[in-house]
Amino acid sequence: MPRSPFQWFLGCLGIVVVLAILGFLILPAVVVTLAAFNDKAILSFPPEQWSWRWFARALAYEDFQSGFRNGLIVTSCASVIALLVGATFAFALDRYDFRLKRTIEAILLSPLVVPHFTVGLGLLILAAQLGVARGYGVVIVCHVILVLPFVLRSIYVSLRNLDQRFELAAASLGAPPSTVLLTITLPLLLPGLVSGWLFAAILSFNEFTASLFVTAQRTQTLPVAMYNYVREYADPSMAALSVIYIVATAALLTFANSFLGLGKILNVEQSR
Amino acid sequence: MLNKVADPDASMHTAQGEIAVRLDGVTKRFGQVTALHEVNLSIRRGELMTLLGPSGCGKTTLLNLIAGFFMPSGGEILIDGMRVNHLPTYKREIGMMFQNYALFPHMTVAANIGYGLRMRGIAKAEIVRRVSDALALVKLAGLEDRKPSQLSGGQQQRVAIARALVINPRVLLLDEPFSALDKSLRASMQVELKDLQRKLGVTTIFVTHDQSEALSLSDRITVMSEGKVLQVDTPEEIYRRPGDRFVASFIGDINVLRGRIEEYEGERAKVSVGEASFQVSAAPLGPLSPGAPVDLFVRSEHLKPASGAPTVAAGRISAVVYQGGHTDVYVDTPAAVSGKLLLRLSDNKSGRWEIGAEIKIAADGGDAVAFRAS
Repeated sequence: MPRSPFQWFLGCLGIVVVLAILGFLILPAVVVTLAAFNDKAILSFPPEQWSWRWFARALAYEDFQSGFRNGLIVTSCASVIALLVGATFAFALDRYDFRLKRTIEAILLSPLVVPHFTVGLGLLILAAQLGVARGYGVVIVCHVILVLPFVLRSIYVSLRNLDQRFELAAASLGAPPSTVLLTITLPLLLPGLVSGWLFAAILSFNEFTASLFVTAQRTQTLPVAMYNYVREYADPSMAALSVIYIVATAALLTFANSFLGLGKILNVEQSR
Repeated sequence: MLNKVADPDASMHTAQGEIAVRLDGVTKRFGQVTALHEVNLSIRRGELMTLLGPSGCGKTTLLNLIAGFFMPSGGEILIDGMRVNHLPTYKREIGMMFQNYALFPHMTVAANIGYGLRMRGIAKAEIVRRVSDALALVKLAGLEDRKPSQLSGGQQQRVAIARALVINPRVLLLDEPFSALDKSLRASMQVELKDLQRKLGVTTIFVTHDQSEALSLSDRITVMSEGKVLQVDTPEEIYRRPGDRFVASFIGDINVLRGRIEEYEGERAKVSVGEASFQVSAAPLGPLSPGAPVDLFVRSEHLKPASGAPTVAAGRISAVVYQGGHTDVYVDTPAAVSGKLLLRLSDNKSGRWEIGAEIKIAADGGDAVAFRAS
């Protein structure tokens, strides 16, 4: 089919637009990565001299180290608690009919519409009123509240997609309910549980706004530590840290993909 | 099961007529909806009983009640003489095969079949032996390590059968097991299942909406409609002597003609249609007196072109459909309640039937039943 000049123009325009969009997506990461290797003590672009020294500084900086440690503690606790609570509620919402079911569901999902700083501020006021020290507990509770809707949704969808005939078949073969849960329901839900946990962990580790309110110097997580650093310094350590962050995350995802089958975990698995 | 296979006479030992499953006035309500209404039914040991009816007739609900997936709202369910109303599914010793087979996707074929044996705490070596025997029985020897997703539809069904049978269930429950298979595979799986069932002598309850499947597989058929049992009988009796309008029209192709009661002769009644008359059972006609109009149900294979025989109806041929083994000739006639008759002619001279031609129709003396005119 012959193409008119106009169609040819549209085709070219399409390619340019797509390339521009893709460029904008990766441009920030590229700029930051290049800036991280700048020898000078200011964040500037493009670098004139290349150096690894900001990587060494970022890794050695004590606030980043403690922030990373705190982040791991908070994330692992919060994601596991959110997973257990979310799974329980998802199960109840899927399998049982009870009064106020819709209301309870709405409350569980409400952190999606309440801004993070509101949750953080609210917990800060509550903790102060109750005289609770600003330790890990408050931060973990805050993160559980914020990631719960995502975990709940993810597991609820998996449960909806689970054909209950698998469970009935197991029962007909002589499996009591607890055995059905352990040998049929949980293994078939595993992709949903893992993806729910993964969501929770990523969100929790990156959470900044609410964490800013509820963390103290002793419990500050990595994003908060980074924010505090930027307020005081403007050297490329932050950029170096970003590069480390990107590389670590990419490595983790590659690992998850090859050993666990990420596609299987992130999608709702074809379980039939 | 496998012990029974080793002993080919096993089915001989079971007493004929012994009741394996009994339902006494079983009712099931879901909220305001009554899905089953006071169903009474006895299933004999070793027989293949089909629950047949259109969707929504309650047949699947009945199967689920026997399986223990729901509790009845009223009445009694007995398996081997034991009341099981509130016995949970996992204690009922039943084998169930689902429409989509419900093979556990995260387990191998061997693990699927061995699941019920593991639940019974049977030793590992024994499980391995019985699983491989069961696979051999369904002609899938050597596929132990496959996953269900690596099997064809027919193979999945065989695994599902093996999984249900390997536990020696007291009753085997089949929920529309052939509906997911294509037509040619369906026929061969039906023959195989029937064979297996006969060989093992396992009491089987089979749910289907497919009347030809029911006729070809069953020892007895329970025809259901709107939560009630309409007739329980052998396939031949159901086909030849339906006890009810619904049963008559649900099973096989049947024509409904406007007739009139001539006279009663004991248990029989004489019904006239056109110039011809039919001998029918008087029982369904109740108190109708001679002269009353009735609907006469005649199978399409019992009608033929009248060549000298008394004419039942006359009309015009509206369509001719060649079916290979037989030819279906559709005739428009006022004698039929629907205005249309179907003649199923086994002599394949379809060329003789011209669309639009006038035709006179006679009966060949086969079974007919009459019910009060609707």
